Amino acid sequence: MTDGALVVSILAAAITAGTPILYAALGELVAERAGILNLGVEGMMLMGAVCGFMGAVATGDSWFGLAMAMLAGGLMALLHAFLTITLRANQVVSGLALTLFGTGLSGYLGKAYIGMPVPKPFAVEPLGLLANIPVLGPVLFKHNVLVYFGYVLVLLLWFFLYRTRQGLFLRALGENPAAADAMGIKVFSLRYLYVVLGGMLAGLGGAYLSLAYAPSWLENMTAGRGWIAVALVVFALWNPVRALAGSYLFGGIDALGFHLQMIGVPISVFFLNMLPYVFTILVLVIVLARQGGRLTSPGALGVPYNREER
Amino acid sequence: MKKWFKVSLAALAAAALLITGCGGEKKKAEKPAETGKTKVAFVYVGPVGDGGWSYAHDQGRKYLMEKMPDVETTIVESVPEGADSERVITQLASQGNKIIFTTSFGYMDPTINVAKKFPNVVFMHCSGFKTAPNVGNYFGRMYEARYLSGIVAGKQTQSNVIGYVAAHPIPEVIRGINAFTMGVRSVNPNAKVKVLWTNTWYDPAKEKQAAITLLDGGADVIAQHQDTTGPQQAAQERGKFSIGYNTDMAPMAPKAVLTSAVFNWGPYYVKVVDSVKKGTFKPESYWGSMKDEVIGLAPFGPMVADDTKKLVEEAKKKIIDGQLFVFSGPIKDQSGQVRIQAGQKMSDAEMLKFDWFVEGVDGTIAK
Repeated sequence: MTDGALVVSILAAAITAGTPILYAALGELVAERAGILNLGVEGMMLMGAVCGFMGAVATGDSWFGLAMAMLAGGLMALLHAFLTITLRANQVVSGLALTLFGTGLSGYLGKAYIGMPVPKPFAVEPLGLLANIPVLGPVLFKHNVLVYFGYVLVLLLWFFLYRTRQGLFLRALGENPAAADAMGIKVFSLRYLYVVLGGMLAGLGGAYLSLAYAPSWLENMTAGRGWIAVALVVFALWNPVRALAGSYLFGGIDALGFHLQMIGVPISVFFLNMLPYVFTILVLVIVLARQGGRLTSPGALGVPYNREER
Repeated sequence: MKKWFKVSLAALAAAALLITGCGGEKKKAEKPAETGKTKVAFVYVGPVGDGGWSYAHDQGRKYLMEKMPDVETTIVESVPEGADSERVITQLASQGNKIIFTTSFGYMDPTINVAKKFPNVVFMHCSGFKTAPNVGNYFGRMYEARYLSGIVAGKQTQSNVIGYVAAHPIPEVIRGINAFTMGVRSVNPNAKVKVLWTNTWYDPAKEKQAAITLLDGGADVIAQHQDTTGPQQAAQERGKFSIGYNTDMAPMAPKAVLTSAVFNWGPYYVKVVDSVKKGTFKPESYWGSMKDEVIGLAPFGPMVADDTKKLVEEAKKKIIDGQLFVFSGPIKDQSGQVRIQAGQKMSDAEMLKFDWFVEGVDGTIAK
């Protein structure tokens, strides 16, 4: 393998492996911008992966599977929203419960689907002329359609957050819900909306794994990607463009192992498998240290909003 | 810093560690009803739907049930190797099973341990080497089929780079890679076999990713030693070819699969159960060959040329009637040094300890 081909192969693999993390991270970012911390990402992704797979197997249509995955992720998030927004439960506890619940339920639901093929998985579709650009073409434009949608979603979300009135309201929800409420923003219903939207994106990330990346269902197939996504939102300082960079960076570390083997670098596979998780912890420590222990997180993140107490 | 955030960070770190530490564990124990039937249990390392290793054993179990209607079987799927498996095997033994097949290398010591506590139960361990008064072990001489599939790959390749997605650096896998490479080089001395280790038996996404890396690196045929069809799917996606393993993998990737090196456990399972029922069971190390039909080659895909098929059939005939022994000298290792002298044949003991690659393999064995 020539050096150039190697680099292209690693970068392309980084994007393929980073996309599920990207979806989950964008979902979590939206929820946290609205002031709700949802640690249930892993559970929502797994539910998305299994429900997407079941939908695709049942109908033979992967797009239908994708819709099911988003529905499943959304419903899981709705549960979290009800507990934390309406009942004002502790968000950390509720999120952790959601992950445990999603892990168990997806394993149970998917039991009969292990080892089955996906009728029509999302296949690689080079983007016309763009795919012929040297280097950039094979890296960016020779993927399945869900990867391309990830690019678009990042841009849309960035524009929405920073360039629209509704985006401003979303940020206000997380910074100071009392002030937002006083402005006439419907704090409760909007928080519900964004938490559910976040869950739908996590479900989409899960379905990417089971319908495009693997494509097959395997219990616990997210292998901690949901947790990496949660950490990434902090790393990204709640900015979608940084989240994109972070996701692909993680994807790259994930893909790096095989490439190092390929060129004969003698590193233990166990060490390489550990890297993404070690990197997660390192990133959190570094970001926290750089911020002097005080993150520029949404001001009201994790705090239940109670109208009576403002 | 807010308190909840500290709590959540701690939880995050803990969860990350937990998730990396323990893989998925699933068990399904179908409790056999109390009848006069002979109870036989199977312990699988993967799900029976894996389309590979555990699926092949389960096909054997189904064959057994068909041939011996007075046998009742229980299966436990996806049992992790190690302490968990000892618990599962103990449970099966105490449930009144008379014969227990434990079908993964890592079940070897747990099987021996449990066998000491249940002297009246017969245990059969697959792919290991230990025996006890009530424990036998069995395996197939997969290297014979690997050699044949290597001939197919060697004839098919145009880039002369053949990728091999390998599970763990243990003698069984190394032996397979060597036999395959010797098959390749018997028809195409210029071809190389590039090995990537996944350190997994069952992770479709990872194994597919390894195959894609090999394809990116110029390989145009992908062979594999895994329990999934991930590498086959990668080859199909890229319009390249592949060699399946365990069972006929053509249904999973019809455009890619040239042939598959397969196990056929059924007849052997019938033989073992029959010997236990008749009281003639003796603990032995059984290593079934192509002659015994324990292993073989799945039907060729339509893209395989007729002269390739002919070459394979000839070699197959020679292996079965003993004219061709895969590991007979001279065999050179990767450095070009002759390890097996001309006229010598490797013994079973040597083959079971394989820890070096033959000439033509591009890869390293982690120590």
